[in-house]
Amino acid sequence: MSQTLTHTNTIDHDLQGFEKYMLELSNITKVYPTPKGDFVVLENLNLKIKEGEFVSIIGHSGCGKTTLLSMIAGLNPITSGEIILDGTPIKGPGPDRGVIFQSPSLLPWMSAMENVQLGVDKVFANATKKQREDICKYYLSKVGLDGAFDKKAKDLSQGMKQRVGIARALALKPQVLLLDEPFGMLDSLTRGELQDVLLEVLDKEKTTGIMITHDVDESIFLADRVIMMTSGPRAQIGDILDITYDRPRNRKAILEHETYYSNREHLINFLEH
Amino acid sequence: MKTKIIKAVKFMGLGYLEPLIRLITGEEVRKNSKDAFKRILFPLLSVVVFILLWHSFSNYLNNVESTLKIEKTLKNQGPEAAKKLEDCIASGDISCRPNSLPSPAMVATALGKLWDDHKIMATKKQDFIDKYETINEERAANGEIEIVYTGRPSFVDQIKTSLKTVFAGFLLSIIIAVPLGIVLGLSDTLRTSFNWLIQILKPVSPVVWLLLVSMIVKTVLTDVDVEKSFVISFISVGLCSMWATLVNTSVGVSSVDKDFMNVAKVLQLGTIKKIFKIILPSSFPMIFTGLRITLSVAWMVLIAIELLAQSPGLGSFVWEEFQNGSSDSNSKIIVAMFVIGIIGFMLDRIMMIFQKLLTFTD
Repeated sequence: MSQTLTHTNTIDHDLQGFEKYMLELSNITKVYPTPKGDFVVLENLNLKIKEGEFVSIIGHSGCGKTTLLSMIAGLNPITSGEIILDGTPIKGPGPDRGVIFQSPSLLPWMSAMENVQLGVDKVFANATKKQREDICKYYLSKVGLDGAFDKKAKDLSQGMKQRVGIARALALKPQVLLLDEPFGMLDSLTRGELQDVLLEVLDKEKTTGIMITHDVDESIFLADRVIMMTSGPRAQIGDILDITYDRPRNRKAILEHETYYSNREHLINFLEH
Repeated sequence: MKTKIIKAVKFMGLGYLEPLIRLITGEEVRKNSKDAFKRILFPLLSVVVFILLWHSFSNYLNNVESTLKIEKTLKNQGPEAAKKLEDCIASGDISCRPNSLPSPAMVATALGKLWDDHKIMATKKQDFIDKYETINEERAANGEIEIVYTGRPSFVDQIKTSLKTVFAGFLLSIIIAVPLGIVLGLSDTLRTSFNWLIQILKPVSPVVWLLLVSMIVKTVLTDVDVEKSFVISFISVGLCSMWATLVNTSVGVSSVDKDFMNVAKVLQLGTIKKIFKIILPSSFPMIFTGLRITLSVAWMVLIAIELLAQSPGLGSFVWEEFQNGSSDSNSKIIVAMFVIGIIGFMLDRIMMIFQKLLTFTD
């Protein structure tokens, strides 16, 4: 693990400009019609995410974070604006965006293996059966589920279920990984373990990703950029904090880094404001 | 070993045997004997109490009827005939036994008689088959019609026929209701369009279904070889009982967990894969509950339908005994009643085991 962590001040991403954008959100507005009139959740939200970048979004409950993520996933229609994934606007959901839900939502009647394989069979339809099985096994062991391949999902613990959920999303080799408070329902010990698992995968595979979280430390630990959203209605991006610790990251080194507490304070100040 | 047996016993829905098994192996004697008392002895006691009440009630009814009979004889035929009748009743002779609710003892005797009859008839039938075996082979070789046994069916034969009819009807209702329920569950438009029809047809009485089915079958089936009454009764049973499965399947399919549907959407599963991998497994518990209701309804209406359709089976057995009016007819009807009840209970238990085997529990 790298012990020489560096921290540079805020970089203007647009000026760096050479890398391509994996995901571009332009003028996203979401309106829910209610009997009392329209309820504007998000208004004119703009965000660009580079290839290989991992971004976390924090904000108060009900500010529209989950709405935003489900719109990117294609599960929730956009009122106006456009979401462009790798150059093409998205239309509906698809396996190019792997989603990890807050509740693992595994199919309880299937084994861990079958749950992962369901998507793998779809995405890698041209691969041989053996290759597809190997993909599933690779990701399941990566999230620490060696020896639990054939356990039925209903018999797994909450933490193990979420591991399968992560493996299921990763195995599809998605262009963008979308995580909706993935560790919110876990105890803090399991949460820490799974954060490490996720971090390791991110460091290795350089997956582009967006993660919604309530946890300030989690967002610093995992993300390259933390997007702070203002409280709704008409939520927008309030502030952006760049986290520039080198990858691969190490929890202990980050905690001891001199800028850790200033970053933390920055986020907490925003949230308490 | 013991835990395995207990698990198996519980799986079969016989959980009340658990304390007994634990008691036999000497585990926590105090607690388990208390449990065994509660779960085995008390239910048995309630059966005993029921039989005692039944016994005294039937005694009372029989006394009422005897008194009425004696009074009537006294009025119509004079004191001498009345005295004769009174003695006859007191002696317990079959010829003058009051014809009211039979006592438990009479029902038990009738059960024994039915069993003996069955054994006699079964030997007769076997003798017949043995006797005609070679003759029938010759006839078949010559292209002639084989001689079949046409003797009266025994009680056990009637049970078998009834079971055959109910399974044919149950199968028919599965074939119709499950696919239709899935289609209705998948489409909101179809569900709302068919809702009125379903709601109107659901409460229709089995008798009316039988009449409707016989109208159609009489026109369609002109072939003499087919047992028309069997066809009519199993179709009616199927039509009467399929509604629970239809409604449960469509509700189960339409209310699949939104998270599961999101998974299907994100993975862009095709329609067939979505139905077989996600929708059906997740609505299996609902479908099975529907099937259990369907089977018990099928068994319940079967008796009425057989009775009306003159189709062989327990229903016509009950009806024939009622028409027959011999001294032990009432007892035989009560035997049929308990047999019907016990078989219905067993069918439900079998369905429950299938349900446990095939559905997930979260």
